[in-house]
Amino acid sequence: MSLFQKALAEGRPALVGYLPAGFPTVQGGIDAIDALIDSGVDLVEVGLPYSDPVMDGPVIQRATERALASGVRTKDVLATVEAVTGKGVPVVVMTYWNPVDRYGVDAFARDLAAAGGAGLITPDLIPDEAEDWLAASDEHKLDRIFLVSPSSTDERIAMTVAHCRGFVYATAVMGVTGARDAVSDAAPDLVARVKAAHSPVPVGVGLGVRDGAQAAQVGRYADGVIVGSALVKAVADDPTLASLRALTSELAAGVRSARAS
Amino acid sequence: MQPDARGHFGPYGGRFVPEALVAALDELDAHYRKAMADPEFTGEFSRMLREYAGTPSLLFDATRLSERAGARILLKREDLNHTGAHKVRNVLGQALLTKRMGKQRVIAETGAGQHGVASATAAAYLDLECVVYMGEVDTQRQALNVARMKMLGAKVIPVTHGSRTLKDAINEALRDWVTNVDSTHYLLGTAAGPHPFPAMVRDFVSGIGVEAREQCLALTGTLPDAVAACIGGGSNAIGAFHAFVPDESVRLYGFEAGGDGFETGRHAASITAGETGVLHGARTYLLQDEDGQTIESHSISAGLDYPAVGPEHAWLHDTGRASYEPVTDAEAMDAFALLCRTEGIIPAIESAHALAGALRIAPTLAKELGRKPTIVVNLSGRGDKDMHTAGAYFGLFENGEDV
Repeated sequence: MSLFQKALAEGRPALVGYLPAGFPTVQGGIDAIDALIDSGVDLVEVGLPYSDPVMDGPVIQRATERALASGVRTKDVLATVEAVTGKGVPVVVMTYWNPVDRYGVDAFARDLAAAGGAGLITPDLIPDEAEDWLAASDEHKLDRIFLVSPSSTDERIAMTVAHCRGFVYATAVMGVTGARDAVSDAAPDLVARVKAAHSPVPVGVGLGVRDGAQAAQVGRYADGVIVGSALVKAVADDPTLASLRALTSELAAGVRSARAS
Repeated sequence: MQPDARGHFGPYGGRFVPEALVAALDELDAHYRKAMADPEFTGEFSRMLREYAGTPSLLFDATRLSERAGARILLKREDLNHTGAHKVRNVLGQALLTKRMGKQRVIAETGAGQHGVASATAAAYLDLECVVYMGEVDTQRQALNVARMKMLGAKVIPVTHGSRTLKDAINEALRDWVTNVDSTHYLLGTAAGPHPFPAMVRDFVSGIGVEAREQCLALTGTLPDAVAACIGGGSNAIGAFHAFVPDESVRLYGFEAGGDGFETGRHAASITAGETGVLHGARTYLLQDEDGQTIESHSISAGLDYPAVGPEHAWLHDTGRASYEPVTDAEAMDAFALLCRTEGIIPAIESAHALAGALRIAPTLAKELGRKPTIVVNLSGRGDKDMHTAGAYFGLFENGEDV
């Protein structure tokens, strides 16, 4: 995860951008991720569309429903990863657990690693249930990014962070994905509690960021600023990807200004 | 049987949930364990079941049906409970626990509306705010139940995403819970979902089997040869089975919704389909495609129309303690009509699946035992809610014609 580390070395937070594979089409999704990379993200999350996305708000639900309706398959997600790696930006897959379970945990890890993927973010897999994935991610040298939440106890934060590699995903608000007018005030406290666990693993903060000012605000205390729904909406609203490029550039400027003063 | 400390029944169950819900599930588990050991809680729960819900429900010796079945059929009359189904046991238990946890708001999912109505009822009785998520398709199909819930003071929110049916209502309820977990309890309607729901819901409905076992002993002097129940998520079945699990002579049968026929692919028979995975917080059997995407289920019975099953059933199946078979829409509707005509009881179409299954196994059991078997059938609910479906199925709405 070299660029993530590089951003930190530059004294700024990393910008992490999420887009689902296969939206609006497989090639369209690849083009959108290429635009993200060109416009300054440090790390890409490729979403695996799933029929029952309980952590996602309406914007991402609609996009992934549309991807599934057009016939997007798990193999298309791996193909997307393969198409967008090798451009200097690490790529992880964000996925609900059943598609990985169905594919075979070790087989998925093997094929993801072969496609050039760096790891997995698992919104509905907690380390308590992750025995197979812990083994497969070790075997295939993949990062594993679990989530922590404002409701997590200090004990669970310590346990979760101890199982993370790459970064830990701090969900800033209690709720599903979706851009919000104000980012949560629970986030700084959560990040402080993760840092108190004395882990070397960087902390990415997600859920709610939609513009450069918010990215700068979150970037003051987080190692990574994660943006999803706002990017997905930009793709949905403007197929030319001009809006996506503009928003990504704004966010990239935002994280660069976070600690500039 | 009891799950391990983290809610696993063998390889099934557990918690496949966002970390944001873990604290609430831990809190729920702790309160539930303490409550079940507290005579104040169990006493109040028993009082409500007795005085409000109308239990113990009768075990009825269905003699005319038995003549036709070649078996002595004992009907566990959960259809006579307040709100017309076994579900009232679960909602009263969870609503009382919600009060005990100091929460003021409950949310629930509902398919046909039965669990929604039961939840709204318990919320009204215990003065809780109640929000029910219901697929938009179902709100249109079940307008009468929507009116019932509203009459009882609940807010009904139509779910417009995904397939707009029960599984999407569960997804939306989970999203609400992730957002409002501090103030809200998720009053899950079946013995599925993340730990501790499967064991907790089972315990709240386990009176079905406890009562039936005592009633059968009192009536016949011996245990039944078999207990039959329908399986959607599986709460009525696990409630009926639980007390009998240690009785090795008692065969346990779960009848899944076979829809148009298992071979057509249009069914809700997740155990028969035989594929395991993770859905709605637990590892269990579920209907899924090659990529692990959930497949929509099909059944004439809305209450069985769910693409997965509670994890304890998955384990009872794998260990061989219980047997699971599909029953088609047509078989269920035949049994529905038969019970109406022989006993003057209109069952829920869900419960008609259990009855159809019992009629199917009766001859085999008789042969095996060399005598007429005794079968307890859990009549989990009444059929008033199904008259629109039954009327259409049997052609009752055609200009005053007889069936």
